[in-house]
Amino acid sequence: MIFAVLLPLVLALFIPFLSKFKEKVHTGIFVVLIPLGIFLYFVSFVGNDFSPIHHTYNWIPSLNINFDFYLDGLSLLFVLLISGIGTLVVFYSIYYLHTSENLGHFYVYLLMFMSAMLGVVLSDNVFVLYTFWELTSISSFLLIGYWHHRERSRYGAQKSMLITVFGGLSMLGGLVLLSVITGTTSIRSMIDQVDVIASSGYLPLILVFILLGAFTKSAQFPFHIWLPDAMEAPTPVSAYLHSATMVKAGIYLVARFSPIFVDYEWFFITVSLVGIITLVWASYMAVRQTDLKGILAFSTVSQLGMIMAMLGFGTEAAVFAAVFHILNHATFKGSLFMIAGIIDHETGTRDIRKLGGLLTFMPMSATLALFGTFSMAGVPLPFLNGFYSKELFFGATLLNENSSSIASFLSAAIPYLAVFGSIFTFVYSMYFFFGVFTGPKKLHLLTKKPHEAPIGMLISPVVLVLGVIIIGLFPNIVNGSLLNHAAQAVRNSTVQYTNIHYWHGFEPQFIMSLIVVGVGLILFLTLKKWSNIYSIIPGKLNLNKLYDKIINKTDDYSARITNSYMTGSLKLYMSIILAAIILFSFTVMITTGGFNNITFDDLAEVEIVDISIVLIMVLAAICTIFINNKLSLIIITGIVGFGISLLFVVFRAPDLALTQLVVETVSMALFLLAYYHLPELRKREETVGSSFTNLFLAIGTGALITMVGIAAHSSDWFKTISDYFVETSYTLGGGNNIVNVILVDMRGLDTLFEITVLGIAALAIYGLIKVRKDKEAE
Amino acid sequence: MEYIILLLAGILFATAIYNLLQKQLLRIIIGTVLISHGAHLVILTMGKLKRGQPPILDESVADYTDPLPQALILTSIVISFGITSLLLVLSYRTAKENNTDNMEEMRGESNE
Repeated sequence: MIFAVLLPLVLALFIPFLSKFKEKVHTGIFVVLIPLGIFLYFVSFVGNDFSPIHHTYNWIPSLNINFDFYLDGLSLLFVLLISGIGTLVVFYSIYYLHTSENLGHFYVYLLMFMSAMLGVVLSDNVFVLYTFWELTSISSFLLIGYWHHRERSRYGAQKSMLITVFGGLSMLGGLVLLSVITGTTSIRSMIDQVDVIASSGYLPLILVFILLGAFTKSAQFPFHIWLPDAMEAPTPVSAYLHSATMVKAGIYLVARFSPIFVDYEWFFITVSLVGIITLVWASYMAVRQTDLKGILAFSTVSQLGMIMAMLGFGTEAAVFAAVFHILNHATFKGSLFMIAGIIDHETGTRDIRKLGGLLTFMPMSATLALFGTFSMAGVPLPFLNGFYSKELFFGATLLNENSSSIASFLSAAIPYLAVFGSIFTFVYSMYFFFGVFTGPKKLHLLTKKPHEAPIGMLISPVVLVLGVIIIGLFPNIVNGSLLNHAAQAVRNSTVQYTNIHYWHGFEPQFIMSLIVVGVGLILFLTLKKWSNIYSIIPGKLNLNKLYDKIINKTDDYSARITNSYMTGSLKLYMSIILAAIILFSFTVMITTGGFNNITFDDLAEVEIVDISIVLIMVLAAICTIFINNKLSLIIITGIVGFGISLLFVVFRAPDLALTQLVVETVSMALFLLAYYHLPELRKREETVGSSFTNLFLAIGTGALITMVGIAAHSSDWFKTISDYFVETSYTLGGGNNIVNVILVDMRGLDTLFEITVLGIAALAIYGLIKVRKDKEAE
Repeated sequence: MEYIILLLAGILFATAIYNLLQKQLLRIIIGTVLISHGAHLVILTMGKLKRGQPPILDESVADYTDPLPQALILTSIVISFGITSLLLVLSYRTAKENNTDNMEEMRGESNE
């Protein structure tokens, strides 16, 4: 299975080479074979006797992060959608994207997305799932911004990235909590420990975190604002990522984790409420759109809301309707996106106000759109799959038992809201079809003379519409072999197999369908008269403006904050760093009682020689501040250095004393060489405030070093490791000078790097001097 | 004795920091030199002072001073030497190119 998941990613590496020949062979022709192969591989699993498959490949076993691929009914449904729609979309893109476009980039991103999405729906390991999840966000970002010279594309790409990655991070929080509580990284093991999670007290927090991830990804209200802007992507991408697959990742997440939450009442309340609001709001907003893809984007949001709501209900009927609608939505919405792309391609516009009467020019496309829109609207005809899942949805909204008042109030309101939202679904579906294909022709508004699309471009939508019709006529062929397994996976228990019927009497759901069609028809015919309502609701309430404001203000304020301290003055940076070090170190030392145990036992005796060396050094060090003559300053610094080497002698460190002596001498020579070229020192021209700050920082740091040193000396937390070196110096290193053995043998690598640093410094110095000579030679 | 040396290290650090916060390049370099001296003294003191003979194995000696800090300092001395010399050459080149050795005058253009 790992091959199927990683195959697109690996083959994406070869795309840049293949795209070199794009003038002769469209790169898409190679690419289309990849999803086709994956589809054929996975389609072999479909059948009534399907049972889950589990493969594990080690990745980071020490952290429990492995490629744990688990194929159950739900994953199978998604995998087939990803590879099946993927094949059709790539095939469609061969005709949609001209070879003058940057095909290499396009197909690399698309294949990257394919791998990522397959990974999301197949991973049983939560952290692997998260990795793939973010990879889908990144590839979506790249694909939305594919025409990156357009400002709207960049805006849409950034918006989708910010919103989905925000949700992704919050989801990671939820996953980490889950894995800490249950002690496992496997989703299935988590589901087995529902009791542990429920009794941990973190369930509300986990729910919020995970749902934020799901709602942002699946464009649920109020996070849906990124999806309409994502329509700047090439149409094949919109059909694939932003309708059929990626936006359903949030649905997948909720479905996958629903066994953990399903007994928790707030899961029902949040998910159903958000889903229903999204359904109503987005279908209401869709009627207002003028861009064909805008209508489809809001329509997608609304359909996702409907599926989300059904998962929230959590009943057997609702879950079955949800998985059924996932499949149906992909078929009719995918075909409609492709039709919208065809119209754009053949007329040069997607603005519905400029379109009309295209039926005579594009009969094929019109027929396909007819099936797509009527299926989306849920028109009760026996060959439209959208009607079946719509009616199952209505059936599922009729919930009864609920304990608390909020939940029972909500379940009473849901059927009405569902009908209300579906009426607008009907209206925008009709608006889409009749607005484009019937009515007066407006050829003078078009830049091209419209004509039917090339046959190759029509193949993909034809296949999808055939799916609509076949599933509509024989819904039970996907029922037992695919949907029932998927519903079982979501419910984590067996689901009663029931046949789907077209006609089951005058039940409430059929009456609801009739209301939708009846009222919808009236509203559609009187569309012009009531569309003024949009200036009242939403009127000025605009989520996009809110988003823009937040982004702009964040930009402004962060720039202002950054500029307030990034002034380019190194002195200021130093001061801030030092002040922070002093403040934090003293706070930590004092609050943890670090200075409490200072003892004056166990100290070496003081001799007159030591004291005099120390005094000379102190004097010399203080002098460095006050001297304003560069020669004197250099010599005074030298005194400190030689003082140190004398101290090394006193403290019985002969190697150090020798080295220090040599280094100090050479340094002096260097200083004196550079001395000639450096400008004379000026008097310290400082304000009183700045010299006071400097003094404070200097004394603070000095005091900190002394105090920490004394505190460290007084403590005996750890045993010294030096005895080891003393004991093994001869036996392991073969030398009597312990310091030398440590340097060249026990810490030999360290010394090697030290030499490397010195070598680099020498090269840099040589370079600095050499560059000047070359310049002067010119 | 240890505490006196630590006090000395503190004073070295204080003077070093004061020099580092000046504007002239030479003073800043002197600051880095002093800071490494201070650090060496702190490291040396952490192994306790004057507890035995120099760390050269000899059958007649039972106690040695701690060899580990000495090894660490030896590495550090050489590195500080490298840094000091690089800084010196760099500052002399900078001063030559820009006709100034004042750090405040060497900020980027957008900050002026």
